[in-house]
Amino acid sequence: MEEKRKKKSGPIKSAIESESDVDTKLWSFITTRSTKSWFLCISLFALLIRLAVALHPYSGANTPPKFGDFEAQRHWMEITLNLPVKEWYRNSTANDLSYWGLDYPPLTAYQSYFHGILLKLFDPASVSLFASRGYESYLGKLLMRWTVLMSDLMIFFPAVLYFVTVYYSGKSTKDKSGMVWHTTMILLNPCLILIDHGHFQYNCISLGLTTAAVAAILSDRDLVGSMLFSLALNHKQMSAYYAPAFFAYLLGKCLRNKNPIIDVLKLGLVVLGTFAVVWWPYLYSMDASLEVLFRLAPFERGIYEDYVANFWCTTSVVLKWKRLFTTQSLKLLSLAATVSTCLPSMVQLIWSPTKHGFIHGLLNCSFSFYLFSFQVHEKSILLPLLPASFLALDEPFVFEWLIYNALLSMFPLLRRDKLVLAYTAIYGLFILLYHAPSGKKDTSKTNRFFSILKLFALACSLFLHVIYMTITPPDKYPYLVEAIIMIFCFSQFVLVLIYSNRKQWALFNTSTQVDTKKKSL
Amino acid sequence: MKKPPNNHRHHIRWPALVAAAVKLLLIPVYRSTDFEVHRHWLALTHSLPLSQWYSDTTSPWTLDYPPFFAYFEKFLSLFASRVDPTITHLHNGLNYASPLTILFQRLSVVISDVVLVYSVFRLGKNGNFSKLERFLMWVLVIWSPGLFIVDHMHFQYNGFLLGWLLLSISCLEEGRDLIGGFVFAVLLCFKHLFAVAAPVYFVYLFRHYCRGGLVKGFGRLVLMGSAVLAVFAAAYGPFLYYGQIQVVLRRMFPFGRGLCHAYWAPNFWVFYIILDKFLSFFLAKLGFDIQAPKASFTGGLVGDSSPFAVLPTITPLITFITVLLAISPCLVKAWRNPQPRMVSRWVSYAYTCGFLFGWHVHEKASLHFVIPLSATALKSTEDAKHYFYLSIVSCYSLFPLLFEAQEYPIKVVFLLLHAVLMFFGFSSRFPGTSAATASTALKGTDNNKLETHAFHIGWFGKSYLFGLLVVEIWGQFLHPIVFGDRFPFLPLMMISIYCALGMMYSWFWQLKQITLTH
Repeated sequence: MEEKRKKKSGPIKSAIESESDVDTKLWSFITTRSTKSWFLCISLFALLIRLAVALHPYSGANTPPKFGDFEAQRHWMEITLNLPVKEWYRNSTANDLSYWGLDYPPLTAYQSYFHGILLKLFDPASVSLFASRGYESYLGKLLMRWTVLMSDLMIFFPAVLYFVTVYYSGKSTKDKSGMVWHTTMILLNPCLILIDHGHFQYNCISLGLTTAAVAAILSDRDLVGSMLFSLALNHKQMSAYYAPAFFAYLLGKCLRNKNPIIDVLKLGLVVLGTFAVVWWPYLYSMDASLEVLFRLAPFERGIYEDYVANFWCTTSVVLKWKRLFTTQSLKLLSLAATVSTCLPSMVQLIWSPTKHGFIHGLLNCSFSFYLFSFQVHEKSILLPLLPASFLALDEPFVFEWLIYNALLSMFPLLRRDKLVLAYTAIYGLFILLYHAPSGKKDTSKTNRFFSILKLFALACSLFLHVIYMTITPPDKYPYLVEAIIMIFCFSQFVLVLIYSNRKQWALFNTSTQVDTKKKSL
Repeated sequence: MKKPPNNHRHHIRWPALVAAAVKLLLIPVYRSTDFEVHRHWLALTHSLPLSQWYSDTTSPWTLDYPPFFAYFEKFLSLFASRVDPTITHLHNGLNYASPLTILFQRLSVVISDVVLVYSVFRLGKNGNFSKLERFLMWVLVIWSPGLFIVDHMHFQYNGFLLGWLLLSISCLEEGRDLIGGFVFAVLLCFKHLFAVAAPVYFVYLFRHYCRGGLVKGFGRLVLMGSAVLAVFAAAYGPFLYYGQIQVVLRRMFPFGRGLCHAYWAPNFWVFYIILDKFLSFFLAKLGFDIQAPKASFTGGLVGDSSPFAVLPTITPLITFITVLLAISPCLVKAWRNPQPRMVSRWVSYAYTCGFLFGWHVHEKASLHFVIPLSATALKSTEDAKHYFYLSIVSCYSLFPLLFEAQEYPIKVVFLLLHAVLMFFGFSSRFPGTSAATASTALKGTDNNKLETHAFHIGWFGKSYLFGLLVVEIWGQFLHPIVFGDRFPFLPLMMISIYCALGMMYSWFWQLKQITLTH
């Protein structure tokens, strides 16, 4: 904690000093209050925005026969509620896996089960077996929306509060405007709100569990952290994007303890134990567990889908990966690419496991996964965004950059969901909140080159938005604008990845200096 | 960091834009028939000549606002017909609500709120405000949950209209009486319900503007009179020319409606009705022969039949006299000592009287005094306390406007957020002497106004707010369980009665405040 405080107090102090008096005082009526009070304010506002976004259409509204993610989630409730646990992942007459078959780990299934019970209580028709396919009644839709809100309120919000209190513990409590602003940035992440409450998903649960895990690890509760992260993994397999960072940091930390082997064993036992509890209904036979496992790894869906701004999809404009290689070799290729890009960050974490480095590592590893791993979806950008939002106060530029490009990269998806209005409003709201009076430190200190670059990129982004909304592409290339957006976002993402990796290694130098100082003392 | 020379403007932009973003997000929310009313008015003013605006009966939603509002709709219809010609088609447009129509009309409300933002900016500029106070006042008005509920969910243009009212008040506070009077006359030609404060304006302007000797005073009276007349001539002149003035007035004053609106606005007449019910019940028990009333309070007056069983019936004239009587203390004050700093209080008080004792009052009319009162809410601990209760009660009394499940959490969160922000803002502004350490950040700005009393909610206020919670829980959750479908009117009646208590308190408090200040 000590070393982190030393490093952090620098920018924060100067940030406070650089702010004009007027600005800091405007929100003082909230920022000078106790954490509980201002957190209540921000959560109410965040809740209001979520409720308002939930008024807009969801993915696949009124589009039979397959509908969209909303129907998938509802269908999972229907399946888990009406079939025994063992049947959930098995193709049968009652459970047609080709129609939105369950392909998330068991914790998602349990969550669907509990939400299904709630739905059944108020609107039984919405979860009746077979009959409820494509069910879209007023009450049914509303209840579904409310289950997401409830999950958000019960998991993501408390996790953020936990994270913020841990992250800022031991810092001066006189002026908390930076802390309040930081919390607002994490809670009002526009991408997360649009995907969960607009498009319809439950990312708030797995991301909330991850946030709590990070907070636990930052407060040196490594065992609790590993348990929470295992739960996150068991809610959405995509949480594995963070796994290298968790693994490297905890390993590095254990290696520095007196009994590294015992510590590693302890962590391993906790992880295995959590997995065993969650997978209990499927552990009775090898086949049953493998059956579930195969559902979670949809390799048959190809290396990429739609127009995701990652390496494989972007380079496929020139190199037709799917034609050149077999799925099997593509799997290996993507694995190699992902691991090799994660490696620098992991090595740094094992070498010098600092808390600040850990968050950087989370960002770098999840970003590598997003850019290079197999079967990535546009929505997966949420994963690198979470650690980026943890770093919002220290690296506001990276965070802002990432948010703008992440929003752009999801724009085609959200347009398909008829969420353009919500997208526009929440984009504007984010810009306002980011530049809130008395919020973060002054950006005028960043050098001129960056600000010109930023303006240029923002102009490009605006241009692409307008083009995508107004121009009908030529018949020969129906997805021309999507491809351009994808290439643009990919280039920005690569820049951010390189910059953020460099930052992590820069930390390494300072932390080794601190270490040598400590040793000499 | 370089600051713009006038950084107040910079500071109002932020809350206003945040509010605008929230308003955009609220576009797909539930909308009442008022949406169709305003859409029909667009069509009406677009496709008919002016002489037929007030006589057309294509839709039941006939034009019943004064001419300036009709002109405003005509202005909007210029754009509407470009966006989608069906919006402004008199017959094809009936009940037309395509996504583009909704977007257009909702945006017209959001954009017309610029008037409100500008006038509240002016109010903050000329009052003797510290920076925190000014910011809080802006937030109270711009983020008012009542305005969100009525304008951006239910659908109306109250923000726009209240903007004119605040503009007029800010002019009077600056001492620009002529412009203030002119703007008020304009407001009256937008919506005549604002005329309740006309006596206050008349007395104030007569005593404050038309002074300085007989000749100068008379000259100013003529000037003011001609300014007001010019506004009215611009509004009603064309209709006078076409011989339509009778029709216009009949539309604007439909006294055929009943004493109360379908959902009883929480005002004095609620108690009158309840008393009548009780009396008739007990007298009947005692053996008197009580005829059950045939007419209803909400319907019109049918012949001689009275909606009351025991108590004398209430006519529009009686409500008119009651309102005037209630306003009179404030008129006396304004006559004796016309002070610019009291204007917003007096105007708010007049609207409170109009709300409590008026004929066929809508629950939305409580915004007419809650919004202007925010200008004085930060003057003292007492003001802040009163405003805290009043704005919560007023917002809560608007809840029945949004009766569908989808909007339920939204309105509740709006109210909670408002209450929390208000509580923190007020207790920061009035930290009291003991808790002065908590306000070190503010000390530089308002040393001169440090209050000895801290802002706190007493046990009385707490129990009243708790009662509000009980009424809500009963109406939403317990009533359906206990009574099922029986007595569907009971929850609404409870809200009316309970909020009416709060409104009566606010009236007493304002009356006391006005009569006691010198």
